[in-house]
Amino acid sequence: MIKVTPKKTAEELGKAHREISVSQFFEKNRHLLGFDNKRKALMTTIKEAVDNSLDACEEAGILPEISVEIVDMQNDRFRVIVEDNGPGIIKAQIPKVFAKLLYGSKFHKMRQSRGQQGIGISASVMYAQLTTGRPAKITSTVGKKHKAHFYELHIDTTHNKPEIIKDETVNWKKDHGTKIELDLEASYQAGNQSVDEYLKETAIVNPHLTLTYTNPKAEQIIFPCATKDLPREAKEIKPHPYGVELGMLIKMLKTTDARTLQSFLTSEFSRVGSGTAKTICQNGSILPKTKPKTMNREQSEQLMQGIKNTRLISPPTDCLSPITSALLEKGLKKEINAEFYVAVSRPTAVYRGNPFQIEVGMAYGGDQKGDSQARLIRFANRVPLLYQQGGCAFTKSVINTGWRKYGLSQSRGALPIGPLTVAIHIGSVWVPYTSESKEALAHYPDIIKEIKLALQEAGRQLGSYVNKKKRMHAETAKRDYIEKFIPHVSAALKELLSLKLVEEDKIKKNLKKILETNRGKLENLKFDPKKNVDYDPELAKIGKSVPPVENTNDIGFEEKDEKGQKKLSSYKNK
Amino acid sequence: MKKAKKSLAATKINEIAKLVYSTILKKKQPELSMPLRSLTNVQYDPKKGYFELLGKFKERTLTATTIKTFAQSLRLMNLSKELIEKDDIATKREAYYVSKNWADARFKEQVESDTVMDDIEAMLMVNREQIGFIPEEKGGDVAGKLVVVDKDPDTGKDIKIDCTKMGSGAYSVPSKVEDLKFETNAKFILAIETAGMFQRLVKHNYWKKANCILVSMGGVPTRACRRFIRRLSDDKKLPVYVFVDNDPYGIGNIYRTFKVGSGNAAHINEYFCVPRARFLGVTPQDVIDYKLPTHPLKEVDFKKIKDMLKNDPFIKHHKEWQKALKQMQQMKVRSEQQALAKWGLNFVIEKYLPEKIRNPKKFLP
Repeated sequence: MIKVTPKKTAEELGKAHREISVSQFFEKNRHLLGFDNKRKALMTTIKEAVDNSLDACEEAGILPEISVEIVDMQNDRFRVIVEDNGPGIIKAQIPKVFAKLLYGSKFHKMRQSRGQQGIGISASVMYAQLTTGRPAKITSTVGKKHKAHFYELHIDTTHNKPEIIKDETVNWKKDHGTKIELDLEASYQAGNQSVDEYLKETAIVNPHLTLTYTNPKAEQIIFPCATKDLPREAKEIKPHPYGVELGMLIKMLKTTDARTLQSFLTSEFSRVGSGTAKTICQNGSILPKTKPKTMNREQSEQLMQGIKNTRLISPPTDCLSPITSALLEKGLKKEINAEFYVAVSRPTAVYRGNPFQIEVGMAYGGDQKGDSQARLIRFANRVPLLYQQGGCAFTKSVINTGWRKYGLSQSRGALPIGPLTVAIHIGSVWVPYTSESKEALAHYPDIIKEIKLALQEAGRQLGSYVNKKKRMHAETAKRDYIEKFIPHVSAALKELLSLKLVEEDKIKKNLKKILETNRGKLENLKFDPKKNVDYDPELAKIGKSVPPVENTNDIGFEEKDEKGQKKLSSYKNK
Repeated sequence: MKKAKKSLAATKINEIAKLVYSTILKKKQPELSMPLRSLTNVQYDPKKGYFELLGKFKERTLTATTIKTFAQSLRLMNLSKELIEKDDIATKREAYYVSKNWADARFKEQVESDTVMDDIEAMLMVNREQIGFIPEEKGGDVAGKLVVVDKDPDTGKDIKIDCTKMGSGAYSVPSKVEDLKFETNAKFILAIETAGMFQRLVKHNYWKKANCILVSMGGVPTRACRRFIRRLSDDKKLPVYVFVDNDPYGIGNIYRTFKVGSGNAAHINEYFCVPRARFLGVTPQDVIDYKLPTHPLKEVDFKKIKDMLKNDPFIKHHKEWQKALKQMQQMKVRSEQQALAKWGLNFVIEKYLPEKIRNPKKFLP
């Protein structure tokens, strides 16, 4: 017999339904925000704080000076202190900025910035609160004439709103800036995917940043700024018609102040003048004088069709702030001692109406290992992406690019193999990440296509270098082989014709000359470790799990370096 | 005569060396040019009776693929020059070992040194004995109605070797046959592929019955063996009959090389083949006529037949041979000389050879 439990009524079930606050949702799904483990939690917390500081400084036109300090509190607890010289935050905003999820200034703006959603730093505060119960301590001042404010904050996760523990006015010897102090459960380990790596890469792609970093071992590293020029300011733009979806369009039509469809199009969108607006209306078979607020769903769809059938100029590029190929190449030179560098910037492109720009840098040969997969460094809006490389559109694009024609080997569905580092940067008003933790780029075909074009453009230059090197290598081997037999030719002739020693030497000399004339001059493409003056070996060491193997200079023909191997093992033993 | 020839080789070596040297002094790329030794570079003129070189050449110079053999050729030419000057000889194997002093330019295997040696021969258009090199191989065995006149190496006096008085053994052809003289009243020379068949014919004094000279070739005849039979048959105007297995190897390698020479040694074919030779057997038709036991032809055999029909200038010239080979192709079988033993051990002596020799005109060309 099956025991029948009495069924619940719809009314009873209805009582179980409740609203879920974002905070509660993310409290349960903290992995979505990059807090899946203790090590990553530390990196994510610092990343969110530093990203915010950088955004704030750039917006205010201040050369950023940021200090990051991690203090080991024992028992897997760490105190993180991040302080900047940004514009500061006005008193009223402080609690919401740091203790309310999805509260931010950047979500609605169409311009390139690191933060997007207004989740990051509040999530860190929430994580700290969940793991140690301690409140976040915020100090901020907006100018000399103002006093600094000090807050201790909790998040009320049930209602997603700040809970103020302490609210004081303090003396802070700083013109302007913000400081956040968090205690959280974490673990610190140097090497790949560490705080160290994140900070280093950040310093490299943000050459205007001065960063002071104190790690848990109380060692201080200073990354001085490489330029006093702030990156080009990213302008805010209106959406481009190509990226707007129907629902969004209907919403815009309802809320606009414009009286006619034509003025709606010109005022709410970028790259639409009155002529273009007329063409759109014509292509959609709607009168330009239609009142936007009266338009129904069918008309809106006609308008969409009209947009689709009209050729429009690409969105303006001043909303983006590219690293520039020169600085990207310089960054690679600082970090990697290679033989060949190349960097390219693509023109701006659009996905879903959002302008974006791809930049690619490559470093080939030199110190890098020739028998392992190429290293991929990913950046989005100047933020290094350290996790989830496998699920990232950057990675997919690199894999889908045919590297064999550039002289590298590549297995199907894998990164190319060779002494190569590829750095890719996407700058966009809205970077599509696969999740809120912003670790990987989503797979938009338009973006992948652009990345591939950039990779191909740089790849062609790489290929001509690699192939030239291979040719020179083969030619050198051939020449060495031929030269090996020159003494035999001269010795045989000497005996055959009873020549003198001087005459034998003449034969050798002439044969070498003949070889040179017939086969052309040999170009020396051997790796010169001292050629790259930008290389900073101390910097290169930061955030690496393995010390770099010493000087192995040729492609593919790398000899095993016993010293390097031994070093590796002793390093591990420590 | 002998000395004149030798100094001719030495002169040629000297000329070539001088040319290479003067080219180098002019800062031009030096080259050694030698005839291409292959079937593609020979033609068959039945009036002359042997494979003659066409004009194709290969070059050795300062390229990655030829520099090693270029240097080796010069070094080997030097060794040859020394040998000629000292009136000494070196076996092919010894020459190979001498090269072990040449460091990077040494030969790895004897085939390599043999090839370079053959190239020098071809380049100078002389045979290797003239440049001081001799082969290891034996020249072949002889029995029958022949007296060979040789010289005592110490005294220089004539020695007469009577090949009828070898008992159950045989006279062994020396590696240099140029100075031998012959006395004979035999009617023909019978050249035999296998030592076994030769033994049988010697044992039963077949040469006495048939009044002939028997020569055992032991597979593809050596240069000395070919030169020996050539000189003997030319001197005494004797017909030469060849008795080999009925298979593509017996016809295409043994008989063809014996009669007209090979592509590989085309430069010396003129002296080292026996154009008057005729093919006694075993023919594909014999297999039918004498109901001989057979073995099936293998894949390689069919390939060889096809290749001969297509590329061998000698076969291409003789319709009879094309017919015979096509017959073999159709029969899909081969037969050994010794298969005749099916009809009794002495069937070959009592029946087969007498029947055949009665009608030499029927022999294949």
